[in-house]
Amino acid sequence: MVMAFAHWVHVDYLYFASYTILQFIVLATAWNILGGYCGYVNFGSAAFFAMGAYSSVFMHKFYPLPIPLLIVIGAAVSGIAGLGMGYLTLRLRGSFFAIATLALAVVLQTLVVNWDFVGGSRGAYIIRPETLEFAGYEINYIEYLFFLMLSLAVLALITARTIERAQLGFGFATIRDDEMAAEASGVPTLRVKLIATTISGAFMGMAGAPFPYYIGYLQPSSAFGLEYAVNSIAMPMIGGTTSWIGPLVGAILLGSAQQYATVTISSAVNLLIVGLMLVGFVIIAPNGIVGLVQERLRAWRRP
Amino acid sequence: MTANALLHIDNISKRFGGFVALDGIELQVMPGERLGLIGPNGSGKSTLVNCICGTLQNETGSVRFDGHKLDGLAAHQRTHRGVARSFQLPRPFHSMNLLDNLRVPLLYTVHARMGPLRSTGDLDARCLELLEMVGLAAKAKQMPRDLTQVEMRKLELARAVAAEPKLLIADEAMAGLSHSEIDDILKLLMRLNERGITVIMIEHIMSAVMSFSQRLAVLVSGKKVADGLPQDVVRDPEVVRAYLGQ
Ligand SMILES: Nc1ncnc2c1ncn2[C@@H]1O[C@H](COP(=O)(O)OP(=O)(O)O)[C@@H](O)[C@H]1O
Ligand SMILES: [Mg+2]
Repeated sequence: MVMAFAHWVHVDYLYFASYTILQFIVLATAWNILGGYCGYVNFGSAAFFAMGAYSSVFMHKFYPLPIPLLIVIGAAVSGIAGLGMGYLTLRLRGSFFAIATLALAVVLQTLVVNWDFVGGSRGAYIIRPETLEFAGYEINYIEYLFFLMLSLAVLALITARTIERAQLGFGFATIRDDEMAAEASGVPTLRVKLIATTISGAFMGMAGAPFPYYIGYLQPSSAFGLEYAVNSIAMPMIGGTTSWIGPLVGAILLGSAQQYATVTISSAVNLLIVGLMLVGFVIIAPNGIVGLVQERLRAWRRP
Repeated sequence: MTANALLHIDNISKRFGGFVALDGIELQVMPGERLGLIGPNGSGKSTLVNCICGTLQNETGSVRFDGHKLDGLAAHQRTHRGVARSFQLPRPFHSMNLLDNLRVPLLYTVHARMGPLRSTGDLDARCLELLEMVGLAAKAKQMPRDLTQVEMRKLELARAVAAEPKLLIADEAMAGLSHSEIDDILKLLMRLNERGITVIMIEHIMSAVMSFSQRLAVLVSGKKVADGLPQDVVRDPEVVRAYLGQ
């Protein structure tokens, strides 16, 4: 009996922990589509994540829907928000753009804190069922959430990889390299950037949509948490920003390190770990792990 | 002459704050023509290029190209219409190899104009063909940072030509190059012109300008002070005083 209980806790914990890491894979990949491919640093990832989460809370109170539909809604809400943010801020470059995205996150958090229907500053409880009927099988709800997030991570990675090899990927790279030269080559830079903010925002919203069901109790401070903004930047930077593999590697590495630290030390050291790793990588491997490996391979092939 | 000009610049002015960089410029370029554009540093040549190409928007006046007004169009739309330029300071896409640098105008301009006609293989072949044209085929897989000064200028021109323009504006593509390198670029521009591309060459090197241009226009302090046959223009007293005599 005790053994069975221990086993149950263990397996459940693994699902919980893996869900978090998968969620970061989605966030990091989404951030990288704008930040890595196009070179526009978004400090407001938490806002897009929170918009996905809060659209689920809203629907939960208004008209409950299955989570896959909530993910679609979250994608639409955050995608449109991304498009809007693009229109408002994309004429800004560099640090001005980054500051504008940060401001957007602060404004949105203030709105949510004062919006009672979704719980305001008190937060909102989402009672999730223990299990779920699926095609005649009874499955654990956390397993269900895990598989949803796994599908999202796969979808995000496939999208990123497809973009990289397509015309759009070249368009993104020209924006990162030189917008004036891009325009002169015929790239409609504003439209291409808006596509990037929309896709990036939509995936962050997707990552956030199941979050209230995962956490059970959603507060503005947890949905808009600093860890989302920081991790979605740090993970691609550490993994490498020029290819879809970078955010994946970074999210797995940093995500696992943080999960491990949460269990063994405390959750408070998470951001410290991220900060230290980021500083370390900026110094040792400015192109991330993927860049480091590529360099080694090149050196090895060319004796 | 005016009616069938390829490029028709009508009374363009451009200010930067209180500074008048271009002051009522009138200029026409005929299809297939080779026009030299000269003037002292800071006379507004690059600013004029930027106004033609949409990098800057002129406050007054109008640019017509190939029978259509370009005013208000973004730079990429003008590229789609057939205006291409090289930048005075080369601006390669530094994270892409040379092949991919040329792929961008093919994907975004040539395709936009005629629909996605080419397969990936055709695209690669066309990029390589363009690199061969400027003598950079051997460096197709290298990055722009591996290039010398003259190679960078050639890449800049190849990328402009990749967009299959009707008008090519080369903004000081020869500055700082050796004699043989200048000849290389001159020959290249001549060959492009023979293929029917109208060329505006902005240059300081007078021997190159004189051997290339069928017509010469001179800018001084944002004003056009002369426009005509090269041998006449260089004898024009005002040009000599303002520019050549200094
Ligand atoms: N973006 C800009 N902002 C302010 N002044 C500019 C800008 N671009 C050019 N200028 C000024 O306009 C004048 C003309 O510059 P430019 O067109 O580059 O000359 P040229 O190409 O003939 O050497 C110069 O005095 C230059 O300082
Ligand atoms: Mg100039």
